[in-house]
Amino acid sequence: MNPILLAVLTVGGIGLVAGLLLAVFSIVMAVPKDEKAEEITECLPGANCGSCGYSGCAGYASALSKGETTNTALCNPGGAAVSKKIAEIMGLEAGEIKPMAAVVLCQGYNDNAVKKMNYIGVDSCRMAQQLYGGEKECIFGCLGLGDCVKVCPFDAIHICDGIARINPLACRACKKCVNTCPKKLIELLPLHETKAAVLCKNHDKGVIARKECKSACIGCMKCVKTCEAGAVTVDKFAAHVDYDKCTGCGKCHEACPVKCIDLIKLFS
Amino acid sequence: MKFYIALLVMGLLTQNFVLAKFLGICPFLGVSKKLGTAVGMSSAVVVVMLISTAATYPINNFLQSHDLGYLQTIVCILVIAALVQMVEIILKKFMPPLYNALGIYLPLITTNCAVLGVVLLNFDNGYTFGQSMINSLGGGLGFMLAMVLFAGVRQKMETCDIPESLKGLPITLIAASLVSLSFVGFTGIVEGMGLM
Repeated sequence: MNPILLAVLTVGGIGLVAGLLLAVFSIVMAVPKDEKAEEITECLPGANCGSCGYSGCAGYASALSKGETTNTALCNPGGAAVSKKIAEIMGLEAGEIKPMAAVVLCQGYNDNAVKKMNYIGVDSCRMAQQLYGGEKECIFGCLGLGDCVKVCPFDAIHICDGIARINPLACRACKKCVNTCPKKLIELLPLHETKAAVLCKNHDKGVIARKECKSACIGCMKCVKTCEAGAVTVDKFAAHVDYDKCTGCGKCHEACPVKCIDLIKLFS
Repeated sequence: MKFYIALLVMGLLTQNFVLAKFLGICPFLGVSKKLGTAVGMSSAVVVVMLISTAATYPINNFLQSHDLGYLQTIVCILVIAALVQMVEIILKKFMPPLYNALGIYLPLITTNCAVLGVVLLNFDNGYTFGQSMINSLGGGLGFMLAMVLFAGVRQKMETCDIPESLKGLPITLIAASLVSLSFVGFTGIVEGMGLM
């Protein structure tokens, strides 16, 4: 036989047999597909951040399509738009999502916070936390080693001047950093609303706190007295604002002697 | 019998596909971040190596007898691609978590030159069917050994303070070169044991 023809036939024949085998295989071993779940996965952000409480976006989509949950408002990064889309696909009522962004409640910049040692260990807040609470005198402040930076799926967090700062434009409120921070310094604040926030979580007595950091809350109670809405409370020498009650009037900010209460209005 | 043991030891240590022959570097660097996926990936590679050796051996015999030896490479690629697709379908059906964890690297076994390499080397060295299978098994297990060792190294590196310019792939490549250097130490072990 013509050698060229034989070569063509051999390769073509092997290709044909392999193709047929694969076709048969894919029919026999077909996995039943969940079309609704796939549609929902399409419109989810795909960051697999896990803030919905399921294992990634696909997990949430399959839970929705199987009817395990009817709450369409679990995807914080997606926000109201995604909630609406899911509701359309599933024929459910769209749940409301209040747009939020995360904020680091610490002002312990290199100039403000006093150091007690030079930490040269493993580059991780969780490790530094175990060594006398980190290198700063204040054991409540941001360590600035960036555990939150590493977990953020949206690249919204950066270390500036010794502490972590979150860019509200990029933050999608997935709460990964909130759960990672060993000092529990990160909180979610509502977007587009003016709120007072205490940028300190120092629970030491005023005298001690003052020595540890220039902008530490000393628990002087001035903010509690000036607040007309009763939103500020002081617990163990550190003030805290109830964001639901706060009207954003700014009187506490004016009264604060160390200026650790600030008015924050986040934009996205 | 001695020859079979020699083939196994060669595939595992002295002629390790990844660390001595530098074949299959893509999955070696891509999937070695976690021990679990590394083991999953290399088991898939072992299976694909074994079945593709078994499938291509008779095809090669046919090609040789009809004077079509020059078709070896293209036919082997074709067969391996089809087999990888088959493995993918099976994994998707029976092991969805592993399927999801491997992701894009599973279809990339098609272009894993360690698989093509082992098949073509079997032909070139004129191994019999049994010898070919043992050589593929050794090569596959060697791949697994390299992957598992390297996954361990990379997990240690996670907590290291790496200079900014070396973060990511550069430090991975440096670590890979150090691991492969350690395998030079096995040179001559086959001859030394009197297996060849």
